[in-house]
Amino acid sequence: MRTFEYLRPATLQEALGSLSGLANSKPMAGGMTLIPAMKMRLSTPARLVDLGGLEELRGIRVDAAAVTVGASSTHESVANSALVRAAIPALCEVAGGIGDPQVRNRGTLGGSIANNDPAADYPAALLGLDAQVLTTRRTLSAAEFFVGLFDTALGDGELITAVRFPVPAAAAYEKFKSPASRYAMVGVFAARTAGGVRVAVTGAGAGVFRAGVIEAALEEKFSVDALTSLRFPSDGLNTDIHADAQYCAHLVGVLARRAVARILYVGRR
Amino acid sequence: MHISLTVNGKSVQADVAPEELLSDLLRERLGLTGTHVGCDTSQCGACVVHVDGRSVKSCTVLAVALQGSTVTSIEAVASAAGLHPMQKAFHENHGLQCGFCTPGMVMSALDYAARNPDPSAESVRHWLEGNFCRCTGYQNIVAAILAGAAAMSERAKELGK
Ligand SMILES: Cc1cc2nc3c(=O)[nH]c(=O)nc-3n(C[C@H](O)[C@H](O)[C@H](O)COP(=O)(O)OP(=O)(O)OC[C@H]3O[C@@H](n4cnc5c(N)ncnc54)[C@H](O)[C@@H]3O)c2cc1C
Ligand code: FES
Ligand code: FES
Repeated sequence: MRTFEYLRPATLQEALGSLSGLANSKPMAGGMTLIPAMKMRLSTPARLVDLGGLEELRGIRVDAAAVTVGASSTHESVANSALVRAAIPALCEVAGGIGDPQVRNRGTLGGSIANNDPAADYPAALLGLDAQVLTTRRTLSAAEFFVGLFDTALGDGELITAVRFPVPAAAAYEKFKSPASRYAMVGVFAARTAGGVRVAVTGAGAGVFRAGVIEAALEEKFSVDALTSLRFPSDGLNTDIHADAQYCAHLVGVLARRAVARILYVGRR
Repeated sequence: MHISLTVNGKSVQADVAPEELLSDLLRERLGLTGTHVGCDTSQCGACVVHVDGRSVKSCTVLAVALQGSTVTSIEAVASAAGLHPMQKAFHENHGLQCGFCTPGMVMSALDYAARNPDPSAESVRHWLEGNFCRCTGYQNIVAAILAGAAAMSERAKELGK
């Protein structure tokens, strides 16, 4: 690993100053993506600003309308939060299915969505629930935030502070794990929300996207049958050593049906 | 940069480079080579230790970030009285062959036992997603963790009497 300057600010204000004070400065949350990338010299920051000391990015708050999760919340803390489970159990499932226990003990919500890995789980939950990303500068919808392959709308020196997830009537996440990496080969997050049915897909494309044809079919009739004869189009989906586009498209259909079945038969939300 | 932390019950002062990993601090500087390093990709779990009571991959934690933390590695698991019940269970159930993965397995298993009052083979298998073993086929590791967790709760009951 190349060396760098390490700073651990105590306040958000100080962190923003540290980030803008030197070119090629990077924030670090759990380090579960950044440290492996630095080991391989895929990332070579001159200065690392450790967000671990910032109270402002912590905590989970729940009200009738939404669950607001601080950017520094670990996957473990979201997976095991009784507050989150009571409001949006599907969010606990998403967090509890990321990587392995040791990754969940350190990896965070903010780090995951800032990285926007095309196979990451959280982006599907954010887009599926029409969540808002709160940053040090503004509030962005999930659709505005996730721009493309490992790319987000975040500007230089802009930090995610929290994510606000509106409470849906019901939601479920189904993930088909890559047997090697445990990332989503394909993951489908389905939700019945105030704004209609939303179905977000991760793993299958260059970034998270909404499955419009599936949403339309479910809008007509929210049932597994509504999707049985539907063939999800494979145009533009990934082809790699693990799966080709046709197979990814097939998985989108299978996982969407499983998610709908879970919503209808296994328990509310 | 100067840090002070507690490692296996002892207070440690060290001047570390920002890029120094916890696994390097343990192995190279403190001579605690029970913690193994098996990959570059944070996937194998041979390096698992506890930081402030939770299992983490020490190859993916910067030492410099651990000011004031408490670290426990495999060396502190056995006591003067002998092997820990979890270690004994690995021994008795033939839960290892070459042993390379074992320190990480045991540290991960201890965190599992602490967090799962109701152990099951299925939840152990899920828990081990971040611990690779290239020898045993996992069968005996799962058996060992179930036996070790049972022995630990027996011992806790005994002590509670
Ligand atoms: C073995 C392994 C398996 C994994 N499996 C999965 C999986 O199945 N599914 C999945 O979704 N993920 C998986 N991950 C990734 C994991 O979820 C990471 O924790 C996550 O992607 C990054 O979170 P972090 O807190 O560790 O961020 P870091 O590694 O600290 O940072 C990641 C990026 O985000 C930036 N960043 C961090 N915090 C902020 C903030 N508040 N504001 C702005 N930018 C910020 C950093 O600068 C960096 O660019 C896996 C990781 C490993 C090592
Ligand atoms: S050496 Fe740490 S996960 Fe492989
Ligand atoms: S015993 Fe050899 S790797 Fe597990």
